[in-house]
Amino acid sequence: MDVLYLLIPLSVILVFFILGGLWWAIYRGQFEDIESEGERILKDS
Amino acid sequence: MAFSNTLATTYDDKVVRQFAVMTVVWGVVGMLVGVIIAAQLTWPELNFGIPWLSYGRLRPLHTNAVIFAFGGCGLFAASYYVVQRTCQVSLFASRLASFTFWGWQLVILAAAVSLPLGYTQGKEYAELEWPIDILITVVWVSYAIVFFGTIGTRKVRHIYVANWFFGAFILAVALLHLVNSAAIPAGYMKSYSAYAGVQDAMVQWWYGHNAVGFFLTAGFLGMMYYFIPKQAERPVYSYRLSIVHFWALIFTYMWAGPHHLHYTALPDWTQSVGMVFSLILLAPSWGGMINGIMTLSGAWHKLRDDPILRFLIVSLSFYGMSTFEGPMMSIKTVNALSHYTDWTVGHVHSGALGWVGLVTMGSMYYLIPRLFGQKQMYSVKAIEVHFWTATIGIVIYIAAMWIAGVMQGLMWRSINPDGTLTYTFVESVKATFPFYVLRLLGGLLYLGGMLVMLWNTFKTATNGRSVSVTIPAAVAHA
Repeated sequence: MDVLYLLIPLSVILVFFILGGLWWAIYRGQFEDIESEGERILKDS
Repeated sequence: MAFSNTLATTYDDKVVRQFAVMTVVWGVVGMLVGVIIAAQLTWPELNFGIPWLSYGRLRPLHTNAVIFAFGGCGLFAASYYVVQRTCQVSLFASRLASFTFWGWQLVILAAAVSLPLGYTQGKEYAELEWPIDILITVVWVSYAIVFFGTIGTRKVRHIYVANWFFGAFILAVALLHLVNSAAIPAGYMKSYSAYAGVQDAMVQWWYGHNAVGFFLTAGFLGMMYYFIPKQAERPVYSYRLSIVHFWALIFTYMWAGPHHLHYTALPDWTQSVGMVFSLILLAPSWGGMINGIMTLSGAWHKLRDDPILRFLIVSLSFYGMSTFEGPMMSIKTVNALSHYTDWTVGHVHSGALGWVGLVTMGSMYYLIPRLFGQKQMYSVKAIEVHFWTATIGIVIYIAAMWIAGVMQGLMWRSINPDGTLTYTFVESVKATFPFYVLRLLGGLLYLGGMLVMLWNTFKTATNGRSVSVTIPAAVAHA
C-alpha cells in the first residue's frame, strides 16, 4: 500500500493548512462579533 | 494598490447570469440522460445496439452532466454572486471570470462528445481523458484566482461563513483533481493511471469521497448559508455553530474514503479508519443541517406559502437523512449487505436529487429573477408544481432503491443447507424489475419538474432584462 505514503502525509499537510487557516481567522479577529455578521447579509441587495 | 474591481460601482453579474441559466439547461440534459439509462436498466433493448447509446457510455455522461455541469454551474453562479454581495466588491479579474464560464462550458461539451465515443480513464466521476483534465485544471485555477482575489480585495472585514465553504470547496477540488488525475498519456485521447491496482482504487476513492465531501457538500452548504437566511429574511440560527461545524467538517472528510473499499484488497486497518471517520462525520454534517433548518425557528409559517423556502428546507431534510444513512452504510457489517446493491444508488440519489438538486433549484429560484430585474419568477405557481413533482419523484426513487437493494443483498447472501447459493444472480435481476420501473417513474417526475423550471426561467428571462446592481457606497466595516 505504498500510495498511503502519499495520501496520509498529504492529508496531514492539509490538516496543518486547515489549522493555519483557523489560526489566521481567530487572530485576525474574524470571529469577534459573529452574531452581528449573520444579520448583516440580510441588508445587502 | 487599488485593483480595478475595487473601483467598480456595480456588481459583475453577467457571469452569474450565464452560469445560472446554464445550471437549468444542464440540469435538464443531465436528468434526461439519467432517465434514459434508468429506462435502459429496465428494458436493455433501449441500447438499440448502438455503441454510443450503450449504458456503459451514457452512465458517466449522466454523472458528469448532473454533478459537474448542473451542480458545477450552480456553484459557480452562487459563489460568484455570494462573494460579491458579502464582500461588497465587484469580481476580481472579471475577464478571467468570463473565461471560467466559457472554459467550463467547453469542458462540458468535451465530456458530452468524448464519453459517448468511449474515451474514458475508467475512474468514477473522473472519467475525462487527460487533455480535458488539463483544461479543467486551467479553468479551476482561474476560478480560484477570481474567488480568492475577490476575497482579498473585499471591503468588509469579516469573511462571511458561506465564503469559507466555497473557498474550502475550491481548494480541495483542485488538490483532489491533481492527485487523482495523474496519468501517463499514451496518445492524445488515451492514458494510463499513475497508480496501479489497489493503490489506484485507494486514490480513486480518496478522490471520490472527497468529491462528495467538498464538491457536493461544502460547496452547496455555502449556497445554503447564504440563500436560506436571505429567503427566510432571518440570520443563520447560530453563527457560532456554522463556524464550528465548518472546521470540523473539513478536518474529518479527508479520511473517510476507504469505506468505499470494504472487504477488498485494501488493508483491514485502512478500511476501519475509513469507517470510524465516516461515523464521526455524522456530527459536523448534522450541525449544518440543524443550523439551516433552525434558521426558520419562529418563522415556520413562511413554509406555508413560500415554495422557494420549501425547496431549501426540504433539501436540508434530505441532507440530514443521507448524512445519517451514509455513516450507517460505512459500518462494515451493514456494508456487507448494502455494497454493490441498488441501496447505494438510492443513497447517492437521496443526496443528489434531495440535497444537491433541491438546494440548487431553490437558490436559482431566488437568484434568477434578481439577475433579470424581476421581483419573482414569472410563475410562482410553477415553482410550487416543480416542488411537488420533484419531491414525490425523489421519494418514489429512493424507496424503490431501498427495497431493491436490501432484497438483492439478502438474495445474494442466502445459502442452502448444503452451502450452495439459493439464488442465481439473474434471479435477483428479475426480482428487481418492478423496482426499476418505479425508479424510472420517480426519475421522470423529477425531470418533469426540471422542465417546468426551464420554461419558468425562459419566461422570467425574456420578460426581464439584464440589470446591473449598484454596490452600496457607504461601507461601515472597511
